[in-house]
Amino acid sequence: MYKIVEKKQLNKDVDFMAVEAPLVARNAEPGHFIILRVDKEGERIPLTIAGIRGNLVDIIYQKMGYSTQLLGKKEVGDTIEDFVGPLGQAAHIRDKKHVVGVAGGVGSAPMLPQLKAYKAQGTKVSLILGARNKEYLILKEEYAPYVDHIYLATDDGSEGTKGLVTDVLKPLLEQDDTIDHVVAIGPVIMMKFVTMMAKAHKRSIDVSLNPIMIDGTGMCGNCRVSIAGKTYFGCIDGPDFPGEDVDFDELMSRQSYYKDEEHVCYLKLKNETSAT
Amino acid sequence: MKQAPRNRVQEQDPQARSQNFLEVALGYSLEEARQEALRCIDCKNPRCVQACPVKVKIPEFIKLLLEDSLDEAFEKIYEDNILPSICGRVCPQESQCEGACILTIKGESVNIGALERFVGDYGMEHNLADKPVKDTNGIKVAVVGSGPAGLANAASLRKKGYEVTIYEALHDYGGVLKYGIPDFRLPKDIVTSEINNLEKMGVKFIKNAVIGKSITIEQLMKEEGYKSIFIGSGAGLPSSLGIPGENLSGVYYANEFLTRVNLMKSRAVPDSLTPMKLGDNVAVVGGGNVAMDAARTAKRLGAKNVFILYRRDKTSLPARLDEIHHAEQEGIDFRLLENPVELTGEDRIVKEVKVEKMKLGEPDTSGRRRPLPTGEYATYPIDNIIISIGQKPNPIIKDNTMGLDTQPWGGIVTDEYLMTSIPGVFAGGDVVTGAATVILAMGAGKDAAHHMHEYLQTKQQ
Ligand SMILES: Cc1cc2nc3c(=O)[nH]c(=O)nc-3n(C[C@H](O)[C@H](O)[C@H](O)COP(=O)(O)OP(=O)(O)OC[C@H]3O[C@@H](n4cnc5c(N)ncnc54)[C@H](O)[C@@H]3O)c2cc1C
Ligand SMILES: Cc1cc2nc3c(=O)[nH]c(=O)nc-3n(C[C@H](O)[C@H](O)[C@H](O)COP(=O)(O)OP(=O)(O)OC[C@H]3O[C@@H](n4cnc5c(N)ncnc54)[C@H](O)[C@@H]3O)c2cc1C
Ligand code: SF4
Ligand code: SF4
Ligand code: FES
Repeated sequence: MYKIVEKKQLNKDVDFMAVEAPLVARNAEPGHFIILRVDKEGERIPLTIAGIRGNLVDIIYQKMGYSTQLLGKKEVGDTIEDFVGPLGQAAHIRDKKHVVGVAGGVGSAPMLPQLKAYKAQGTKVSLILGARNKEYLILKEEYAPYVDHIYLATDDGSEGTKGLVTDVLKPLLEQDDTIDHVVAIGPVIMMKFVTMMAKAHKRSIDVSLNPIMIDGTGMCGNCRVSIAGKTYFGCIDGPDFPGEDVDFDELMSRQSYYKDEEHVCYLKLKNETSAT
Repeated sequence: MKQAPRNRVQEQDPQARSQNFLEVALGYSLEEARQEALRCIDCKNPRCVQACPVKVKIPEFIKLLLEDSLDEAFEKIYEDNILPSICGRVCPQESQCEGACILTIKGESVNIGALERFVGDYGMEHNLADKPVKDTNGIKVAVVGSGPAGLANAASLRKKGYEVTIYEALHDYGGVLKYGIPDFRLPKDIVTSEINNLEKMGVKFIKNAVIGKSITIEQLMKEEGYKSIFIGSGAGLPSSLGIPGENLSGVYYANEFLTRVNLMKSRAVPDSLTPMKLGDNVAVVGGGNVAMDAARTAKRLGAKNVFILYRRDKTSLPARLDEIHHAEQEGIDFRLLENPVELTGEDRIVKEVKVEKMKLGEPDTSGRRRPLPTGEYATYPIDNIIISIGQKPNPIIKDNTMGLDTQPWGGIVTDEYLMTSIPGVFAGGDVVTGAATVILAMGAGKDAAHHMHEYLQTKQQ
């Protein structure tokens, strides 16, 4: 059992939580993730490690469906049944001069430790944060000490540029020759378009893939992704990969295979909640 | 003297059982067990014992059973095999103990598996195995993985007085016994009960600990004070077919399929949070125990047409005979000498499997006749396909342990004492041999415990 030590609501849908998990904290590096089960009947869901402080592991999660909402109902002092990690390969912190991070929605959370690492090695760091609206632009303040420039974009124009992250990225890549690398984390569709844009402008790019996972240790093969026609396991070879050759369409298809079933689970939660 | 026929084990009706996950073989009653035990002629040089990987003293336990000394019969088996209820159910007896039984020359062997199961279950019901071990010699040893290899290793070392801790990557203990082998062959409460026995013996269990990630082998030795380590991390990485279309949605590896059903208890949503999506037509590729388990599980989840694609002939099927027989009874269709060559889909969801018909050529290195392509093809409509063609060791430990020698295929290299290239670190089970059997893994765990004890004793002096 893993104790919840801190909890903070970042917006209506996104929470921050610090969980006591010495065996996860011990060897964790930027880019690693954990898998948790909220309770004894729970499914295993992956979340990126957003930070490590002593024995505490920070996670930031968006309440999407059944399991993340169930997690959202836990409070400080409560416990989480299972919490395993650090899983996956650490992020590739490359030798670059100027990196632009492009984070969509809750992708802002896994991006933070990576950009911190880039900053620490002396790379210039720019960040584009994109979200539906103002309220969903999370972690702006947390980024401040680690980025040289921050650009905001919202779908409705309630803060920053009205439009998509790619609308902000395009002029940057066109005008700023010092940018030699892009890191994109967010919805697959966003990563797909950012990758296309980076390729068109001859910049290298890393993306963080989020296939459906069960064990997270290379055992089930559910998380497989195709990169340049070769199969990799997202959980042990990734989650970060060079974006150029990722088959994003396959990933989207594999992610949505269980859509109907997830919806049913979600309805179940709603019914349970309204019954109590 | 004419041999009495083998006493059949009662089984659930095939029609009924293909709709449920309850155990298929119901096991002997005391009277049936006695009847079967009478068939053993108590050989002077029992061939059965020689053919058992851990040398269970078969005629001796059978004799005790006949004398109504069931407690002693259990003790007798337990000396060599700490998991009799499990091995009695899942050992490939026909190629081990029973295959060598003298009675096979003239007829059918003694049903050693069913007798072992009977005595094992008796021992479990009467708590004969849960004996706390109070002594401790203060020496800490760590075991990686809670499959049969790790469990056997931990039990043996604990009995010798060591302070044993098992580290398991998953959220539950038992390895393949929990996540792979389905309930209808091995009910999970049996595995749980064996694990509880170890806990009562004083073995410590730590779950959610991925060795190599959460904590490394080096950290266990240098920072946590373990004097010796046993790696029993199994062969959990699924092998791929390497054909086009393998990453379409609806294509499962058996590990994913069985893990969803066994470990995550997928049935239908919303009763299960890790659901299982399965259509009417399901192909299963492979001919081993894993393939049989996948096919029979698919049937139980409601798939109407389940067929097995296997590239050799029926006599080459590596699965236990019982399971092949049970699968046939449950309506699994065997399409033999057929090898999948391509999967095609619609909207990226698998819809068809194309197979090439095979014929048998000369025997290959495995002694079985090599399947050869014929250039003839067939195509079947499918909703899902489950790939069950083998597993290799997981790379996590290999990739995160400096100085650990491994084979090109990922297996850990050990010497004759089961010690790896790192002094004090031993290994056994599937991670050394590649996917094998429960009893071989258990035997390796036990042997390694013996060598670890010797190693630690010499180091002490
Ligand atoms: C390596 C990795 C890191 C991640 N990091 C974060 C993070 O830091 N913060 C965050 O909010 N989310 C993160 N996610 C996504 C998160 O795992 C899913 O949002 C979560 O599993 C949804 O579960 P649910 O039951 O609440 O929603 P559901 O309604 O079950 O699913 C919503 C969507 O989440 C995805 N999903 C569902 N189950 C899984 C699963 N077992 N594995 C992966 N994806 C799944 C599917 O695309 C699905 O359509 C990460 C995913 C991966 C693979
Ligand atoms: C579906 C299926 C059916 C089978 N049917 C039969 C049968 O009928 N008869 C038979 O004899 N054999 C059968 N087998 C084979 C048998 O189950 C295996 O040979 C046996 O379980 C191997 O035991 P093991 O202890 O070496 O490994 P496993 O049982 O694989 O256990 C290894 C354990 O180590 C854990 N682990 C892995 N890596 C790490 C790590 N880095 N840190 C911590 N823990 C880790 C795993 O999670 C797992 O729990 C079957 C196998 C499968 C998959
Ligand atoms: S352990 Fe397996 S091989 Fe040995 S006697 Fe028992 S059933 Fe037979
Ligand atoms: S070989 Fe057969 S008959 Fe002989 S002791 Fe073994 S089980 Fe009994
Ligand atoms: S999540 Fe199971 S292999 Fe990656």
